[in-house]
Amino acid sequence: MLDKMIFGRYVPLDSLVHRMDPRSKLLLVFFFVCIVFLANNLITYGILAVFTLALIALSKIPARFLFNGLKPILFLILFTLLLHILFTKEGDVIYDFGFIEIYEGGLRQGLYISFRFTLLILVTSLLTLTTSPISITDGLEQLLGPLKKWKMPVHELALMMSISLRFIPTLMEETEKIMKAQTARGVDFTSGPIKERVKSIVPLLVPLFVSSFKRAEELAIAMEARGYRGGEGRTKYRQLSWHAVDTLLLCTLAVLTILLLLFRSY
Amino acid sequence: MGEKLVSLNDVTFKYEGQDRNAVDCVSFDVYKGEWLAIVGHNGSGKSTLAKLLNGLQFAESGSITINDIELSEATVWDARKKVGMVFQNPDNQFVGTTVQDDVAFGLENLGVQHQMMVERVQNALNKVQMDQFLNQEPHHLSGGQKQRVAIAGVLALQPDIIILDEATSMLDPRGREEVLHTVRELKDENILTVISITHDLEEAAKADRIIVMNQGLLYRQGTPDEIFQLEGELVELGLDIPFSVKLGKALREQGLNLADSHLTEEELVKDLCELNSRM
Repeated sequence: MLDKMIFGRYVPLDSLVHRMDPRSKLLLVFFFVCIVFLANNLITYGILAVFTLALIALSKIPARFLFNGLKPILFLILFTLLLHILFTKEGDVIYDFGFIEIYEGGLRQGLYISFRFTLLILVTSLLTLTTSPISITDGLEQLLGPLKKWKMPVHELALMMSISLRFIPTLMEETEKIMKAQTARGVDFTSGPIKERVKSIVPLLVPLFVSSFKRAEELAIAMEARGYRGGEGRTKYRQLSWHAVDTLLLCTLAVLTILLLLFRSY
Repeated sequence: MGEKLVSLNDVTFKYEGQDRNAVDCVSFDVYKGEWLAIVGHNGSGKSTLAKLLNGLQFAESGSITINDIELSEATVWDARKKVGMVFQNPDNQFVGTTVQDDVAFGLENLGVQHQMMVERVQNALNKVQMDQFLNQEPHHLSGGQKQRVAIAGVLALQPDIIILDEATSMLDPRGREEVLHTVRELKDENILTVISITHDLEEAAKADRIIVMNQGLLYRQGTPDEIFQLEGELVELGLDIPFSVKLGKALREQGLNLADSHLTEEELVKDLCELNSRM
């Protein structure tokens, strides 16, 4: 139940977007997030929408998964929309309630910004929906590789991430086990006032922490015994391969940027 | 016996803040191709021995030689290439996110080229019969399967010696059987010399030679037959002798004309059947 929360994000399908190199996907998302801010009129937002929809279509991800990604942020989107409608005073008044006036500029701004939000969420969730966490880690490690020159512990960070990913299900199992053990001793996790429930988490966390530290120590010894001595001189078993599609995609992004620059209003 | 692979010479080790030496003046040799079991009660120093053999701890005095390399801080990384180790808890030694990533972990550390890595990972997994599980995640494997992956991880590095540090103690009987069977096969194919550290004398009974540790001292060494003759002494050391040995002894005391000790249940059953057919 619990591990669906984290791994449920990745939808293993076979599509062009799934097969793409995680590096190109990461770059795409990064640049997309930047150029979204170039759009400021109907045409430019239209172009971005077409691009996003095309990506979604290529990924074959069912719409329901994307909507699930939007759900937690829906409130924020509506809230910004409302704020803009109520407080941005630009352009003509289009409706007057007496105590409040709605301006044309406010409505437009509100709609644009919530649409921008939606696009950002859609594209970033598309990344996590089509790329397994471990590929994202690999991609990040490679992309950030040059930062090693400035003493950034890129390899260590990537290893930490991949070990955390590997241990999530193990720790979940352990949590469930401890929960059952404590329930058997009379701890009630599911009912009672909030204060009591928060308190009942303590006997869950303490044993979990203790055992995690023990695990970490044993894992460190096991890694050392298998010859781990840091990132230097290490080769990688999982290889990333950059295909023509990846280059093509980044080119499309460049074209997109040019179009946005051409059609945006100044 | 064959060629000496490992030799310990008056090795002494003490943990910080403890009065008693965890390992006290221990000397023995390990020969190429044998299965050596080191048995002892908790705190007898057997696990410390394992750590010393792999350079995870260094001896205070005395020397350990592995394949002509004398173990020291300077040579420890070379020595570790010769000695692979499988630990007790199957979960806490699984580093990779999938089976093949985990087997490759040691190879990555040594900087092996990718093509070579793929080959060695595949071979190692074939040998432990886990090649069907390449992309499986660890939480979908049983304990015995995880330990076999750990063995594959050791095999991929092509060491001379494998140390099993209580590697079967957290497994169910079936998992234990799987792991011991795999190790036995590897030993019979002359791929590895096995040092198994255990408190389970049933497991030790399968070894070629047994060393009994007590209070940091080497108490006795010999073949399983010789060691199980000690019976009462072993029980005093907190070790439980195998059921078949106990039963055989009880039957002999009842006046049954049985040959001396039976290390496995199969042997005992076979002898009893023969005896029965003669009656």
